[in-house]
Amino acid sequence: MKHVGEYRDGALAQGIAAAIRAEADPMRSYRLMEFCGGHTHAIARYGLEDLLPPQVRMIHGPGCPVCVLPVGRIDAAIRLAASPEITLCTYGDLMRVPGSNGDSLLKAKAAGADIRMVYSTLDAVGIAEREPTREVVFFAIGFETTSPPTAMAIRLAAQSGLSNFSIFCNHVLTPAAIRAIVAGPEARRDGVKIDGFVGPAHVSTVIGADAYAFCATEFAKPVAIAGFEPLDVLQAVLMLVRQVNQGRHEIENQYIRAVTANGNRKAQALVAEMFEPREAFEWRGLGALPHSGLRLRPAWSRFDAETRFEIETVAAADHPGCACGAVLRGVKRPEECRLFGVACTPDSPIGACMVSSEGACAAQWSYGRFRSPAASVAAERVPA
Amino acid sequence: MCLAIPAEVIDLLPDEMARVSLDGILKTISVGLLDEVAVGDYVIVHVGHALARIDEVEAQRTLALLAEMGVAAEEGR
Amino acid sequence: MSRDLFRSRLDLVGGRVEMTHGAGGRAMAQLIEAIFQPALANDFLGQGNDQAVMPLPRSGRLAMSTDGYVVSPLFFPGGDIGSLAVHGTINDIAMSGAVPLYLSVSLIIEEGFPLADLDRIAQSMGAASRAAGVPVVTGDTKVVERGKADGLFISTAGVGVVPPGLVLSGDRARPGDRVVLSGSIGDHGIAILSSRENLEFETAILSDSVALHDLVAAMVAAAGPHLRLMRDPTRGGVAATLNEIAHQSGVGIVIEEGTIPVKSQVIAACDLLGIDPLTVANEGKLIAVVDPAGAGSLLAAMRAHPLGGEAALIGTVVEDDRHFVQMRTAFGGGRIVDWLAGEQLPRIC
Repeated sequence: MKHVGEYRDGALAQGIAAAIRAEADPMRSYRLMEFCGGHTHAIARYGLEDLLPPQVRMIHGPGCPVCVLPVGRIDAAIRLAASPEITLCTYGDLMRVPGSNGDSLLKAKAAGADIRMVYSTLDAVGIAEREPTREVVFFAIGFETTSPPTAMAIRLAAQSGLSNFSIFCNHVLTPAAIRAIVAGPEARRDGVKIDGFVGPAHVSTVIGADAYAFCATEFAKPVAIAGFEPLDVLQAVLMLVRQVNQGRHEIENQYIRAVTANGNRKAQALVAEMFEPREAFEWRGLGALPHSGLRLRPAWSRFDAETRFEIETVAAADHPGCACGAVLRGVKRPEECRLFGVACTPDSPIGACMVSSEGACAAQWSYGRFRSPAASVAAERVPA
Repeated sequence: MCLAIPAEVIDLLPDEMARVSLDGILKTISVGLLDEVAVGDYVIVHVGHALARIDEVEAQRTLALLAEMGVAAEEGR
Repeated sequence: MSRDLFRSRLDLVGGRVEMTHGAGGRAMAQLIEAIFQPALANDFLGQGNDQAVMPLPRSGRLAMSTDGYVVSPLFFPGGDIGSLAVHGTINDIAMSGAVPLYLSVSLIIEEGFPLADLDRIAQSMGAASRAAGVPVVTGDTKVVERGKADGLFISTAGVGVVPPGLVLSGDRARPGDRVVLSGSIGDHGIAILSSRENLEFETAILSDSVALHDLVAAMVAAAGPHLRLMRDPTRGGVAATLNEIAHQSGVGIVIEEGTIPVKSQVIAACDLLGIDPLTVANEGKLIAVVDPAGAGSLLAAMRAHPLGGEAALIGTVVEDDRHFVQMRTAFGGGRIVDWLAGEQLPRIC
């Protein structure tokens, strides 16, 4: 595949990895957070950790929308789907996320709720068109990558005059989360020191590289925006190692083939036309963050499931043993959670980080658990 | 979640839709989020929508840089 | 039974299955005579009894297997539920090294199912069975009320005979053994997904659904004494099959990513859907574990066979009391190859 295969070249990767090993000072540490679940997945899927020297440590960030969605919102969606007139459309990632009392959308579906997996927002609109007697609610989640497609669906529904389509909006904003990781109340209490960020790939195509300027100006943190292919990630790591070595803190753009300084203005305008920031939105692990989530503007409230169906979100506690919150802040590694791999596995997840393949725990369990505790054959065979 | 993949625009359709090809896998997507799209463009596809156009010149530059980084490291050994 | 028993001819163009077609009366006899007997005709089925009576094999041991088919959609690029049900059971028997001999078929049909589709599926089963040389010797049909089945379910069983002296079993992999894959992976799963409502992408990829017993015979002839086990990586793909073998044999397996054949369109479709080709289903591929001394001759025999042209040595069995399947990625890093978690895909077989 053009624009994909080139960035999966194993021989080139060895070269970049050699450069990282040559340039990373063994006397200092480089704690680099990849914000996005997409990066977490690429790192685990291609075994990139084995290519990095020990002083370069990747810390998995909270950029997995499934992982940061609080239990209360899942509960609300499950209650919504229980109404006989409602068809809840959702991306597949959400089906197995645990709500309170071991509930999930998958279980609700088995119990008779009309819950359908869709792959595009347009599919949800299509269902509303084909089944006018159903109240079709789209479970909208995701960062800035995913909110423009939701906005497009609403525009389409409005143009088609659909009165049976609405969204349960859980869209969240990346800069707010980065701010919380660096300087939020939770991070101030127990946060890890981060030396640089591998910046989002597709979020950045929408919001643009300039959106991260605050990282450099306010917090003196270097950022390297990177694509989701493995060579992209390695190149961004090298860029960050160089920034740290040289004491720089700039916003660099490795994914310049798709990310501009200003991003996709048309998508931004569409989102701004329909959505406004909430005063605060609850994030799993990060708490309630100001101006971190979106809701529909009053002019579009007829498409807002929260007003149409009076959805009440009751805050619900995570499982007491679950360390998802600390994992999402980078404070704990997945294997440091006492439930990891014991009570909590991808087959029976307790925490959301174990559900999505982009979650830090699922990535570690599904791809990386051979690294701990005993040495593995593959690890032994990896060249130093 | 932010899974997105580059695909080539092979046909422009009415209502801001387009046919794209990923190595022969054909799909109909919306290009309504982009200002202008032409046949032959590579676009980043996310949940059925094109989010961005790929800049060929920058892509070539990135690849050249990647190759250069690797070679420099090999020589520095 | 003669045609004059029936009031009218079965309408194979616009007609539909009715409850009476499963009720044991004349309508059921007509359905069997008009659709299944011509499609599947052979001497054993022609006995017309509640059972088929066949001669005993002269030597060897019996292998028997059964499987249910609930694939959706029923017709997909490269096959349909009928041919799939024949191939799947033949392959399950063949993985023991057996020569498959006879099949049975049981159909559960939903009221209202188009007779034209039923006829097409029966024809497809017959064609697959004749091509493989494995007759359907006995069968059964049931009809359930509308809404109680998703169109049609098929259950097949089969028996075969394992040649004397050949013992293949999932618990026989030993450290040092080689792992061989017969061809490119993921074709069946991607063909099915491409025809799913909601996903709707177009691809030239066809299901690889095919009977593997002839390839197996060539493998047994070339390297029988060296073979430890064979298995076809269907649901859960190569990842699930390798994990099954590792657990059953109490070993670890290390595979090399770069050696695994995958078509570029399958990779593209997997990228589009966010799935791993290693977890995508196959219906015409097999994995064999062979001792190192037999690996060369086995691979040569497979590559000389039309169904094994792309056969590749993909890995090695190692000692590992955690029974991990690990992969050296094309990047030189390591990763686990895990079972598919949950059920992220629609029904595929």
